[in-house]
Amino acid sequence: MKKILLVGNPNVGKSALFSRLTGVRTTVSNYTGTTISYTKGFMKLGGEKAEIIDVPGTYTLEPTSDAERIALKMLDEGDIVINVVNATNLERSLYLTLQLLEKNIPVVIALNIWDDTKHRGIHIDLEKLRDLLGVPTIPTVALTGEGIKDLVESIPEALPKKNPQITRDERWVEIGSIIEQVQHIDRRHHRLSEKMQDASVKPFSGAIIAAIVLVGSFFVIRFIGEGLINYVLDPLFNRLWAPVIIKLSDILGGGGVLHNILVGKIYGDEISFVESFGILSSGLYVPLVMVLPYIISFYFVLGILEDIGYLPRLAVLMDTIMHWLGLHGYAIIPTLLGLGCNVPAILATRILESNRERFIASTLVSIAVPCAALQAMVFGLVGKHGGQYVAMVYGTLFIVWVLMGIILNRFLKGFSPELLIEIPPYRLPLLRTVLQKMWMRIRGFLAEAIPIILGAIFVINILYSLGAFNGIANVTAPIVTGVLGLPKEAVTSLILGFLRKDVALGMLAPLALAPKQLVIASVVLAMSFPCIATFVVLLKELGLYGLLKATGIMIFSALFVGGILNLIL
Amino acid sequence: MGNNGLMNLTQMRSGQHGIVVDIQGGFGMTDRLNALGVRTGKRISKISSMVGRGPVTIELDRVQIAIGFNMAKRIVVEMDRL
Repeated sequence: MKKILLVGNPNVGKSALFSRLTGVRTTVSNYTGTTISYTKGFMKLGGEKAEIIDVPGTYTLEPTSDAERIALKMLDEGDIVINVVNATNLERSLYLTLQLLEKNIPVVIALNIWDDTKHRGIHIDLEKLRDLLGVPTIPTVALTGEGIKDLVESIPEALPKKNPQITRDERWVEIGSIIEQVQHIDRRHHRLSEKMQDASVKPFSGAIIAAIVLVGSFFVIRFIGEGLINYVLDPLFNRLWAPVIIKLSDILGGGGVLHNILVGKIYGDEISFVESFGILSSGLYVPLVMVLPYIISFYFVLGILEDIGYLPRLAVLMDTIMHWLGLHGYAIIPTLLGLGCNVPAILATRILESNRERFIASTLVSIAVPCAALQAMVFGLVGKHGGQYVAMVYGTLFIVWVLMGIILNRFLKGFSPELLIEIPPYRLPLLRTVLQKMWMRIRGFLAEAIPIILGAIFVINILYSLGAFNGIANVTAPIVTGVLGLPKEAVTSLILGFLRKDVALGMLAPLALAPKQLVIASVVLAMSFPCIATFVVLLKELGLYGLLKATGIMIFSALFVGGILNLIL
Repeated sequence: MGNNGLMNLTQMRSGQHGIVVDIQGGFGMTDRLNALGVRTGKRISKISSMVGRGPVTIELDRVQIAIGFNMAKRIVVEMDRL
């Protein structure tokens, strides 16, 4: 089977083209580095099935980051390259093109974002460009599908060019000559969107825009999340599912091991879905009613910010602060992703250049950035006692994020590299792509979280009925009660935090903790052990030694900060 | 203005234009800048710089690029004569 590689600069629409060619949905955003590992799919090519691979973006074949190294390695395995070129920035894209044409591999060029050239006053002489490059060159608009058919039809025409290898400077000279011959640009005045673009990277106006965007996002996320819980999912659950559970409880005789596993504890006729802790009660209520609405609202808002192209601007604004933490501004992107789920956040640290940065960024995300599932539970359980307690949880985690970054930056050998990024133009997000991306991420949450939550509740119930937790609770009491000021039974929740943070916090509900204790427990849960899924990617990304180092830092700092909170609150 | 109208990116004011005449860095840094289109002979204009030794944003070929302070310091630009 033929292997077709999609190769091009970052943020030129490779993933959008990939979706068009294969029908497979992938994450498409408006910033460089959305694709950090490769995605595979299949398409029909002249009656035959061909494999098509979405390679992470790279500017050159001389790699400068991990994502680019992956791209280079992929090139040895491919049969045909579709070189995706940004038609609105031909000059820069051609460097990679010339390098590809020196290789012994057939190349087809997709001149993508072709629609934008018209209103930006860029005229490209297609015939001339085709002659000069000597390979099929097809204008495309991956987002709408324009030109895709022509592109596919041109693939069989591709032959390896094997141009003689030339030096870097010679390549730039050649590009200069090509551009001179094929491209003409009208001079034009700044449009409004361009003025907005400039304003968002100037110190004063930029800070105001950032504040509006972030505060606005927070309120929209809360508004949608809360609305879905209070007006849709909670009423549905209580009206449709609660009677079924009560019936089931009757059938099972209102008690016993099986009853506890399936239904959980029922006090009187009323069932509390948070506290009962059965597979069919809390096991469904926590992920579907308490957490899912916030997953939906978070990823909806994040998707819009991603597709507009705002995130790289935030990176510019945050650069100075991120340097205190041993990172540069672009690390704000994995950090924001972490507010959804730590797993993709840690994978996204691949866009950072050095191992040192990746260690700092991954550790900070897993310690101080609570995922949406945990945040939803904090809103639900801690928020009941008042907004100030929720603010305490966030405030503490923010302080930990900053201090921990400063400490890691001080004690780890090395330095933080400089920011160097392209800032994409603002684009109007297409609702369809935003919703598609949101749906992919929600599906990921459902597929991963629900089995673990159900399994965890099952195992915990079995261990409870065997009385396994009393022994542990007594052993750990000096720490849990002595240092953290929590009832000794809370240890089960802290242990469960290793599987899922959301159910773990839910387990605290029956203990009737004081607001102060809830704040401590939330902070300790957020900071200590990463959940199992995060643990696995940390192992993959940092290696065993890095993982042990990061985990040690987490446990120690969680107990330290929890102890301090216990003393001062 | 400095000698012969030469300035590095951090010294330029927002809104000023010029031509890149020198990149004072090793191969790694020069490669990364070249890849993004920042090369000697290129016309650029400065959009902004962040306070507190923050990054400089420039525009060239209708594309905006943000460059960290310490890297921006090593990019020398010959200013347009007014």
